[in-house]
Amino acid sequence: MTFWDILLQQLITGTSNGLIIALVALGYTMVYGIIELINFAHGDLVMLGAFAALTCMGICGFHPTVEGSFPWLALAVLLVVVPAFAAGANWTIDRLAYRPLRRAPKLTALVSALGVSFILVNLGLFWGGLPMEVFGHGRAAASPKDVPDLIGYRNLLGDSAIQLTSKDVLVLTLTVPLMLALTWFVTRTRLGAAMRACAQDPVAARLMGIDVDRIVSLTFVLGGALAGVAAVILALYNNSISFGMGYRVGMDAFTAAVLGGIGNLPGAVLGGLVIGVVRSFSDQYLATAWTNAVVFGVLIAVLVFRPAGLLGARVREKV
Amino acid sequence: MSPALRPWLVPAAAVAFAAVLPVIDRTLPPALSIAGLLPGLMVVAIVALGLNLVTGFTGLLHLGVAAFMALGAYTYSIATSTVYPFQIGPWPGLVVAIALTSVAGLALGLPAVRLRGDYLAIVTLGFGEIVQDTLRNLEPITKGTMGINPVPPLVAGHGLPTYYLCLTLLVLAVLACRNLRDSRLGRAWAAVREDELAARSMGIGTARLKLAAMAAGAGLCGLGGGAWAALQGSSVEPGSYDFQLSIGILCAVIVGGLGSLPGVLVGVLLMFGLNQIVLVKLSNALGITGANAAVWAQPTNWKYLVFGLALVLMMRFRPQGLWPAAAGAR
Repeated sequence: MTFWDILLQQLITGTSNGLIIALVALGYTMVYGIIELINFAHGDLVMLGAFAALTCMGICGFHPTVEGSFPWLALAVLLVVVPAFAAGANWTIDRLAYRPLRRAPKLTALVSALGVSFILVNLGLFWGGLPMEVFGHGRAAASPKDVPDLIGYRNLLGDSAIQLTSKDVLVLTLTVPLMLALTWFVTRTRLGAAMRACAQDPVAARLMGIDVDRIVSLTFVLGGALAGVAAVILALYNNSISFGMGYRVGMDAFTAAVLGGIGNLPGAVLGGLVIGVVRSFSDQYLATAWTNAVVFGVLIAVLVFRPAGLLGARVREKV
Repeated sequence: MSPALRPWLVPAAAVAFAAVLPVIDRTLPPALSIAGLLPGLMVVAIVALGLNLVTGFTGLLHLGVAAFMALGAYTYSIATSTVYPFQIGPWPGLVVAIALTSVAGLALGLPAVRLRGDYLAIVTLGFGEIVQDTLRNLEPITKGTMGINPVPPLVAGHGLPTYYLCLTLLVLAVLACRNLRDSRLGRAWAAVREDELAARSMGIGTARLKLAAMAAGAGLCGLGGGAWAALQGSSVEPGSYDFQLSIGILCAVIVGGLGSLPGVLVGVLLMFGLNQIVLVKLSNALGITGANAAVWAQPTNWKYLVFGLALVLMMRFRPQGLWPAAAGAR
């Protein structure tokens, strides 16, 4: 492969990973935009979603598809069940752990989110253990689980040295329309306008007759559904999941959200893409072992020179 | 009793109890004996006090405290271990560990003090990750995932001498924190915590104060880290100083009472005592530590659930902590 081939290849891989990160980052940034809470449990919600996807595959008996066919039905089932599960879980989490703390100091809700994250990790650990017959036999329960390879790894560019695989296309065709739909929802619909109003000024929004609690719930449901889609994609993209994966996913996504300017939807997508590409470039040109450090190094550098993120507006402190 | 002595009553009683504990402990059956596990808890408590300086006194949310502990442990190990040429001895090694970790705190503080609360949290978190990765990757210096060993202890003798040494270090750390809190610097920290804008308007140089808090807190964490390495006889592998540890210490501080010195100690005793003593003893007693047992049948595998529930329930019903700081001091 020539230098340019490698560069292009890393751009493709980075974009795929970046789009997945962006999907999760949207969940962080939407919640932060409205209630100023860093929802630390969001990455672990993705992890739980991935386990739900695995269970769903086990129950429905989905297996790796034969060459040439595409698992339309399996994908459709997964994309209904898992986002619904994750959205419901996120709604429940908000209802039980965050809503009672809405008027408390910010740190209180943040700590509660850390607690929820721990609870979810433990649930994931137990989930991995419980129905062993669904998840392939005899493996230690805490170890990573294999996910059936529904999509396969076909290079769509034929024999070209550059790989644009069916998995990359899956990511692209799922995430981009979803982001466009979200943009349409937030900018063009009544509910979207209500969301933006709540993000700008919850008190004024309430005075205008907007049910702020309902809008916050809606935000959690939307963020959860996006996390569910991300979970399905991640499970099918990597074909391996573990109860500890939520931390890495969450960190990358959270970094992306902060990088783009937390609370800013296009910023989260931009941040996700930047993180994805930086990751794959670092894997290629530096060393995989340094990638996490590089990502955070980039983040710190950006925050030092642009403390509100790439697209975030400088807000004056309210007195 | 004279009123001047009254505030010392509870602390004195606690120290006295801790001092006679090993004697009582000796009469207990081995399954219930805990004195051997307490020095580790005391060292964690020193790190928690360092975090409390930054987050409790000054109000800067810090999510990477384990990194400072790691820096302290590795500095101590490199300065004293026989596999390196320095070998400056345990006590100078501890001093170097404190100094270097303080400098690291200052270095992190320089970019971090400009940031608002949540951004500061992510930068400290990122710092924790970077330190961990660096320690893991700089294999020629840090021995990678092996960790550095052997590392000399601070005093000879694993039993009582170590116990009393850790107790002394902890008492000194508590006293230092108390004096800092009541000093001019500590009162300025409280002002920054309560209302940064108002503090700045009163002519308090907030950036310099935050830097001081970061450095002082990191120094205490370095002391704790160095003592930890001395206790373990090894720098311990980088992966053990992870986000979970940082959050575990933060949890302990918050459950006990943010900004409250007795609260921090109670929190560490409860959270880490549960994690490192109760669950482990329970697993041993039930005899299901083997790899064959089901995941959910081992008590140690419930620790995240217990930690998480403790945090969520505390925030819901008692956000000020079990032993909150006195109203006047806050």
